[in-house]
Amino acid sequence: MALLQISEPGQYAAPHQHKLAVGIDLGTTNSLVATVRSGMSTVLQDEHGHALLPSIVRYLPDGGVVVGHEAQAQQSSDPVNTIASVKRFMGRNLKDIVDRAHIPYRFADSTENAAGAQSARLLQIQTRAGFKSPVEISAEILKTLKVRAEKSLGGELVGAVITVPAYFDDAQRQATKDAARLAGLNVLRLLNEPTAAAVAYGLDNAAEGTYVIYDLGGGTFDISILKLAKGVFEVLATNGDSALGGDDFDHRIYCWVLDKIRENSSTFVPLGEQDTRLLLTKARQAKEWLTDNFEAQIVCRLGNGTLVDVTLTAAEFVELTQHLVTKTLSPTRKAMRDANLTQEDIKGVVLVGGATRMPHVRHAVQEFFKQEPLTNLDPDKVVALGAAIQANVLAGNRSENDLLLLDVIPLSLGLETMGGLVEKIIPRNSTLPIARAQEFTTFKDGQTAMRIHVLQGERELVSDCRSLARFELRGIPPMVAGAARIRVTFTVDADGLLSVSARETTSNVEANIVVKPSYGLSEEEILNMLQSSFGAAEQDKQARALAEAKVDAESLLAAIGVALEQDGHLLNTKEKQKITAKMNALKADINAAPSPASADAIREATEALNAATENFAARRMDASISSALAGKNLDHLEI
Amino acid sequence: MTQNYFELFELKPLFDLDLTVLESNYRKIQSESHPDRFVTAPAPEKLQSMQTATLANEAYQTLKNSASRAKYLLELQGINAIAETNTAMPPDFLMQQMDWRENLEDAKSEKNIKALDSLLTEMRAEAKMLQTDLGDFLDTKKNYAAATEATRKLIFIEKVCADINKAIEQIEN
Repeated sequence: MALLQISEPGQYAAPHQHKLAVGIDLGTTNSLVATVRSGMSTVLQDEHGHALLPSIVRYLPDGGVVVGHEAQAQQSSDPVNTIASVKRFMGRNLKDIVDRAHIPYRFADSTENAAGAQSARLLQIQTRAGFKSPVEISAEILKTLKVRAEKSLGGELVGAVITVPAYFDDAQRQATKDAARLAGLNVLRLLNEPTAAAVAYGLDNAAEGTYVIYDLGGGTFDISILKLAKGVFEVLATNGDSALGGDDFDHRIYCWVLDKIRENSSTFVPLGEQDTRLLLTKARQAKEWLTDNFEAQIVCRLGNGTLVDVTLTAAEFVELTQHLVTKTLSPTRKAMRDANLTQEDIKGVVLVGGATRMPHVRHAVQEFFKQEPLTNLDPDKVVALGAAIQANVLAGNRSENDLLLLDVIPLSLGLETMGGLVEKIIPRNSTLPIARAQEFTTFKDGQTAMRIHVLQGERELVSDCRSLARFELRGIPPMVAGAARIRVTFTVDADGLLSVSARETTSNVEANIVVKPSYGLSEEEILNMLQSSFGAAEQDKQARALAEAKVDAESLLAAIGVALEQDGHLLNTKEKQKITAKMNALKADINAAPSPASADAIREATEALNAATENFAARRMDASISSALAGKNLDHLEI
Repeated sequence: MTQNYFELFELKPLFDLDLTVLESNYRKIQSESHPDRFVTAPAPEKLQSMQTATLANEAYQTLKNSASRAKYLLELQGINAIAETNTAMPPDFLMQQMDWRENLEDAKSEKNIKALDSLLTEMRAEAKMLQTDLGDFLDTKKNYAAATEATRKLIFIEKVCADINKAIEQIEN
């Protein structure tokens, strides 16, 4: 007889139940979602068979939002409300955007920003749907991918691994995580893009040894050097440029076309936003065409009727953009030096990112490493595929690939010291997670607070590094100058995100930390955004509440009106005036312009009127009882 | 906290370490304790994992690098090799220090990457000799005074190497 199996309390009855987890490559140009199905990492397609989702978000006149190809199709006709390459603005502020003149968006200053001072330093883009932060725009892309995944996998996701450029700093990482949260995704891990690519490549090819991942995407460049051995992927060094990518190549072509237009016409009219977008699109198409062809023709008609018809040769394109390719080699050299390696130590170079399709990029990589780069995985998909493998492992699905990723912090963390200098606390390329403590002391007798400024970057001056946070340590016990010992601990977790704690060690008082992040979103802002995404539902609820309050108020007014007519004589003039005043106040509230507070105001006035008429009601009750009793004996009293 | 870094990796407290054993033991600890293994675990376990993984990283970095390994071995003997009171350096080494610094400054102002590279090679050879000495002083002779001096020299050489690399970086940009 078969015995019934009963599981341990609290444990799943179905231990092999597959948890749905995805890897998301949130790219500058395109985004993808992948998952592990029957042991194979696969990119999920939309209903039209597209794997790549263009990272473009369009805010429609009717309040709707479209993402991807549909948004891309309207890019030239509605450039201001169609946001592309938003990743470049993640965690950045206005002064970080150097070439604003050539970006067809309306950037908002903090003063124009309705959200208030909280995000004073954050960049926002003005659209017809209001001011949108890069976090909100990215969240739209993530939502679309989440829907795609849940539709395709037939269930709710347990979580997602989201990839970020290895060279993203704390602010950019935090912004990415905020976007995922806003999209309703449970972030299992932020994973560095080159590391994700290494996972996909390494597992696919059973690679062992030291590999270089050269990742030139749409807007970011990363170089990572990894040691692969028995399922362990150890990052030895990483470097890059978080503002260098395929977009810059498009931009060079765009500028070249502008020069050509100027040469051919005596009266050059400045381009509008639509023309800028149109020419950038044409530039991108020309760049892609030149991968397999010797020349590209760029033909289009501008808004003012000017016909553009120019031909760009591959040689000209190389000349225009060679400096961008060269620019990738400096971080490459730095990473090699940090890892203490020479070209001979490198077993293979893997190319990642659509921009590595350009022949002169490939050529430069080959020259530098003295070997032909590996391209057997689709450079557009390899990051998402690797992220999916990691997501599968993190979600707790059993996997034959028991892999472990040991990643590093890309940029040093430091503190502001006297004279606007930065003292490094955690050096770049330290393996994560990492914690470092630093002791501080007071400068004046009886000092009870101190200010600490955390920065990220390699430069020596505060002004050259990125300000991550300003902390105020309060509640330090008053002591003579130099006697207090404040131990501040900086922790960077596996996502590459920083947290700080502090303690006064001589008295063991835990100092109260006031965290004032100079980047990213405050908790409050995220909550506000989450609420406004439920905005429509909230408005419905308010409208209903208002209607109900009005009905209640009007019926009370009517009842009191009747009562005054019938039994007004029961009240003296003063009492009558008081009730009339309350009635008028309630009427005013009902007739006031509706606002979110209207319902509450009406309810309050209704209650006030109710309270003011309590005595009147009691007297009427007495009067009606006495009139009913008058002239009746007890035998006929109806109970 | 009673466990020292060597005990953590099940190694004898020696300067002459088998780095491949160090690496494989480090990886073993990380594959068991890394936060990636505890993504869906309850908070206390997550915290524990974070702490163990952080300690393993710190310990591994300390023992992997020869100068910090020597410094740590001396710490276990109660000696702070880089204490401010501990400034004694033999005159010949001081002379050599000045030489290296001068060469570095010259090559830097001439933007001579080749000279910087050869200086780097020279420093690395010097470091190698010091490492051999340190094995002898620390593991065999237990001559901690000599080991302290050699450690200080090694730390100094590392600083110069870092400066050379920085100079190369600046010229390349």
